[in-house]
Amino acid sequence: MSTIPINPVLPFLRTDRMPTIWCPGCGIGTTVNCFARALLDSGVDLKHLAIVSGIGCTGRVAGYVKLDSFHTTHGRAIPFATGLKLANPKLNVVVYSGDGDLSAIGGNHLIHAARRNIDIKVICVNNLIYAMTGGQTAPTTPGHVITSTHPYGTFDPNFNLPHLVEAAGAVYVARWTTFHVRQIARSMAEVFKKPGFCFIEILSPCPTLYQRRNKMGDGLDTMKFYKEHSKIKNGVSTSEVGLTRNGDIIVGKFVDRDRSDYLTMAHDQFVEALGDRYVDECAAECCEEGI
Amino acid sequence: MHADPAGVLTGTHFLDGDHACCEGCLAAGARFASGYPITPSTEVVERFASRIPTVGGTFIQMEDELAASICLQGAVWGGAKAFTVTSGPGFSLMMEHIGYAAMTETPCVFVNVQRGGPSTGLPTLPAQADMMQARWGSHGDYGIIAICPNSPQECFDLTIKAFNLSEQYRVPVMVMMDEVVGHMTEKVVIPSADQLDVTPRKHTHKSPADYLPYQCNGDGSLVPEMAHAGEGYKFHITGLTHDERGYPNMTVKVQDQLVRRLCAKIENAKDLVAYEAENLEGADVVVVSYGITSRVAQRAIDQARAQGLKVGKLRLIIAWPFPEKVIRELAPKVKAFVVPELNLGQMVREVERAARGAAKTIHVGHAGGGVHQPEAIVKAIVEANQ
Ligand SMILES: Cc1ncc(C[n+]2csc(CCOP(=O)(O)OP(=O)(O)O)c2C)c(N)n1
Ligand code: SF4
Ligand SMILES: [Mg+2]
Repeated sequence: MSTIPINPVLPFLRTDRMPTIWCPGCGIGTTVNCFARALLDSGVDLKHLAIVSGIGCTGRVAGYVKLDSFHTTHGRAIPFATGLKLANPKLNVVVYSGDGDLSAIGGNHLIHAARRNIDIKVICVNNLIYAMTGGQTAPTTPGHVITSTHPYGTFDPNFNLPHLVEAAGAVYVARWTTFHVRQIARSMAEVFKKPGFCFIEILSPCPTLYQRRNKMGDGLDTMKFYKEHSKIKNGVSTSEVGLTRNGDIIVGKFVDRDRSDYLTMAHDQFVEALGDRYVDECAAECCEEGI
Repeated sequence: MHADPAGVLTGTHFLDGDHACCEGCLAAGARFASGYPITPSTEVVERFASRIPTVGGTFIQMEDELAASICLQGAVWGGAKAFTVTSGPGFSLMMEHIGYAAMTETPCVFVNVQRGGPSTGLPTLPAQADMMQARWGSHGDYGIIAICPNSPQECFDLTIKAFNLSEQYRVPVMVMMDEVVGHMTEKVVIPSADQLDVTPRKHTHKSPADYLPYQCNGDGSLVPEMAHAGEGYKFHITGLTHDERGYPNMTVKVQDQLVRRLCAKIENAKDLVAYEAENLEGADVVVVSYGITSRVAQRAIDQARAQGLKVGKLRLIIAWPFPEKVIRELAPKVKAFVVPELNLGQMVREVERAARGAAKTIHVGHAGGGVHQPEAIVKAIVEANQ
C-alpha cells in the first residue's frame, strides 16, 4: 500500500482557487512554492502576516495564498502596504508584485518606501516584461529584445533594480532566479525577520511572451539558461549586477545592513520633541486581539 | 457610540474651516492620515501632523496623491479610521482609488477643498467645480456620498458625519469644501466627547470559519461586515469583480449582482437625505444652493423677499446622493428653481433632471475665483418669478 504524499506547502495556498491563471512553464508559481516553503521553514506567525499585490500576472499571487491578502491597483501595492504597516505595526507586511508594477507605474513609491525604510518585504518577480497585458516593454527589459511595443527591438536603457533600491535606502537586497529555489526560500525566510525595507528580485521566465517572442525556448530552456548564466556573488557591488539579454546573471545577497526603520525614527523624534506629551499608540483601534 | 475623548478638543474656538475639518476628523476617531500638500487644503493635514502625536496615531506625507489615496486604505484594512485631504489636481490623481474604495467597500473620507480649475487653475481661490467629478470621476458604476459644509462649524460637524456615514455604508465619503469655507475663520463649538456620536466599524462577529467578506447578512442590509488584517480571518480583497468570498469572478452575473448592490446601497438608502429648507411652502421660486454659495444666496433671498417675492431656500447638505425626490415633489408647486454655484453648470443638471420639466430651472454660473454678487442671484430670482 502506498500513500500519496501531501505537498507540504498546500496548507498555505487557497486550493479552492486552483488551478491558477498562470501558463505552463511560467515561473511565478515556482516563486509561490518558495514563498510557502519559507512560511513553513521560518515558522513566521501567519496570523499577522499580510500580503499585498499590485496588478499583473504576478499581482495575482495575493489571491492564491491563504493569508490576509490584498490585490490593489496597478503600481500601488507599496503605498497600500505602507498604510497597513504604519496603522498596525504588529503586522508583517509582504508586497509581492511584478517588475512593471513595482518599477514603472509604481517606481516612485518603490524608491520612497526604500528611502523611508518602511518595514515591508518586497518580492519582485522580474520576467523582464509586462506579461499580463501581452508582452510590452518594461523598465526592466534589456536592450535588443523584441516586445509588442518595440517590434524592432528595445533600445531604451533598463533599470538595474538592486542598484536602484540600494541607492534609495533598502536594508536588504538579493536577487535569484527561479532556478534557485532553495536560495529564494532562504532569502524570503530571512526578510520575514529582518526589520526595514527588504527587496528580493526573482528573475522568472515568461515563456508565453518574452522567451517565445525572442526565440529563447520554453520554460525548461530558460531554466537551463539561468543555470548556465547565473553567477552567485554575495556581497558584490550592486552597480555590477545590471542585466543584458544574453549575458551573465549575477545573483546572491548583495546588501544586508541595519538602519532605523520609519516607525522607530518617528518614535524617537516624537520622544525627543514632545517628551511626556507623546502618545505612543498605533492608529488601528482594532489592532488589539480578540475583536 | 461616543467619541473617544482623546481626539475631542472640547470648547469654543475661533478656527478656519480647514482646521475645524481636522478637529472633526480627530473627533470622529480618525487616527491615520496620508496626504500630499496642495493649496488650499494643506492646513487640514498640517494641523493633523501637529495634533496626532499627542492623541496617538499616524500622519504620513506621501510622495504624491496616488500614494496618499491608497495608503489610507491600507490603514483602514489594518483597523484604523483614515482620511486624506486634497484639492483640484490632487483630487484628479485620486480618482482611481476612489473607485478602489467603492469596489472594495473601504470606509474612508476624502476631503476636497475646491479651488478654481481646470488644471492648475486658481490655486488660492474658490470654486465648486468638482461636484460632478466627486460623483462620477472614477470609471465604472458605483455610489459615493458627498457632503457640503458652508461654515467652519459645519466643517467640524459634517466631517464627523462623513466618517459616520462611511462606516455605516462602507463607502468613500467626499467632504466637498471650497477655498472660502476652508479659509474663513469663525466660531466653532466642539462639544464634549459624550455628546458626539461616532459610528463604529461594521466589524463582523462571525468566526473566521463562517466569515465571507462580501456576504450580506440576510437582514436586508446591503452592507457586508468587515474584518481587519491580523485577526485570523485570512480574507482576500480585490478590485476585480468578486464574489461573496472576495474571490475574483469575472462573469456577467457576478458583475451585475456586485455593481447593482454597490449602487443600490447608496441610492436606495433612506437616511442619506440632508438639507436645510426654509419657506418652501407656498414659494414661487426656490433657490437651491450648497457650500459657500448658500451663504451668498441667503443675502439674495433676503433681498428678493424684501421686494415681496415668495422665495424658498433649499440648501443641500448631502449633495450626493442627490435628493431627487425632494426636487421632484416640489417642482409642480413652484414656478422655478434658481441654482447658483461656482461652476458653469453642475448640480443644476440634477435639479433640472429631477424637476422633469415641471418647473423652470435657472442657473447662476460663476467660473470661480470669488463668490457671486448677491445681485446676480436676485436678478435670476426676479426673472424666474415672471
Ligand atoms: C492604471 C493602470 N494602467 C495600466 C494597467 C494595465 N496593466 C495591467 S498589468 C500591467 C503590467 C504588469 O506588468 P508586471 O508588473 O511586470 O507584471 P507581470 O504581468 O509581468 O507579472 C499593465 C500595464 C492597469 N491595470 N492599470
Ligand atoms: S503570460 Fe507569462 S508571466 Fe503571465 S502567466 Fe503566462 S507565462 Fe506567466
Ligand atoms: Mg513583468
